[in-house]
Amino acid sequence: MRGFLAGLAAVAAALIVTAQPAAACAGLIGPNGAVNLLRTTTFAGYHDGIEHYVTSFQFAGGSGQFGSLIPLPGVPDKVEKGGDWTLQRLIRETNPIVRNDARSLFAVAAPQGVQVLMEVRIDALDITVLKGGGPEVGRWATEHGFRLPPAAPEVLDFYANRSPIFLAAVFDADAAKARGQRIGDGTPVHVTIPTANPWVPLRILGLGKNADDRIDADVYLLTDQRPALLPYPFANGMRLDHSAAATSALLTDLRSDKGMGWIPRSGWLTKIAIDASASQLTYDLAVDTKGTSPSRVAAGLQAPPSPTSSSGQPSSDQIALIGIALASLGAIVILRKSQSVTA
Amino acid sequence: MIVRTIVALALAALAASACTRASAAQLPTHIAIRIHYSHFDQTKIDVPMGVPVTFTLVNDDPIDHEWLIGDEAFHARHRAGTEAVHGDRPNEISLPPFSIKTTTLTFDRPGPLTFICHFPQHEAYGMVGVVMVKPG
Repeated sequence: MRGFLAGLAAVAAALIVTAQPAAACAGLIGPNGAVNLLRTTTFAGYHDGIEHYVTSFQFAGGSGQFGSLIPLPGVPDKVEKGGDWTLQRLIRETNPIVRNDARSLFAVAAPQGVQVLMEVRIDALDITVLKGGGPEVGRWATEHGFRLPPAAPEVLDFYANRSPIFLAAVFDADAAKARGQRIGDGTPVHVTIPTANPWVPLRILGLGKNADDRIDADVYLLTDQRPALLPYPFANGMRLDHSAAATSALLTDLRSDKGMGWIPRSGWLTKIAIDASASQLTYDLAVDTKGTSPSRVAAGLQAPPSPTSSSGQPSSDQIALIGIALASLGAIVILRKSQSVTA
Repeated sequence: MIVRTIVALALAALAASACTRASAAQLPTHIAIRIHYSHFDQTKIDVPMGVPVTFTLVNDDPIDHEWLIGDEAFHARHRAGTEAVHGDRPNEISLPPFSIKTTTLTFDRPGPLTFICHFPQHEAYGMVGVVMVKPG
């Protein structure tokens, strides 16, 4: 068996280095367990009870299909193509090298099955929003060609017990090439999620990785006021890189990007850097936008009171702990469609 | 009646798992192994030599697993093997998501054998167990 997969591994490894879509805050894995170590960037903005989550899938050449599963804190209103420069602009805001004149730099008992809430095509990405428990979502993913890593069943349950909403993204590298996308081109995705309070899943970044593998990611938060975060104090590979009132220049710039008209006149910008081994990343980032008491459950430091049923709505308590969140991220997996057997 | 049946099954399972120090004649010949969160729920099992032993394999996970039992040379071959799906041999069982399969083996030599899932990362994740074959 391993050999068959090893054969695939050669294919997969090539795909990993040449055709992977790099989703912000997500890691790609292949059948051989290889992972990419790209630093990724995610933006989670929260205003007027709405979570705005912006991530990007980067075309890196090659062919075939790849997928990503991203847990979400609630049912999105909208999934659409994101603006062109939001993520780049945020990086510039907190990167001292490009601090000059940012304004000019835009650029068994088998589960019942999942409920498909939304299907959206964005460039070469097929996005499906799913509602279901961990087993249901895992089965859906398996049936749709995802090869989930061995930790997936437990991790999917971990998130489904907080919110049974997942976003599955399938990136078609052939379609990307046909569209004329060049290596390095990103497809930004903007997810709008009504929710009570934000959390950002981080544990899932380690899915499919070996204990010593490094995880590098930047998470930008824009909230109306300075948030309270958990875990705190920061440790185990999580670092606070920036925490300050957002500049007018930044807010103006962000507001002028596509779909970003919701950006408020004032806000607080927080940048969390993740530089951890996979074994360290046992937590999520809980955010209390009012600056008081983030949920230990949302941070993954405490189990939910009771699991969310696969068909039920999250409780108000769970919603409270959920918040924005986004999940950035996901467990990414190579689709079996690209596999072959070398009998 | 249903409760009695459940209790009887539970006791049978308990007896099966509690026989690790029993003599070979008392060792179980029906063994259930459950896979949950990519782990076998039993990783040390004693079985008798020379009599058929039936394994019921339950995959509770939404992902594929496999149960391959043999010696180190057997596993070395499978780590470099080429078969995508198993099923023709009683010691090589593929387990699709949420599936149950049964296989019967007769062990003709005493000593340890290892059962492993050889899907990528699964062995390293801990999907390994040992069957100790005990002479009568």
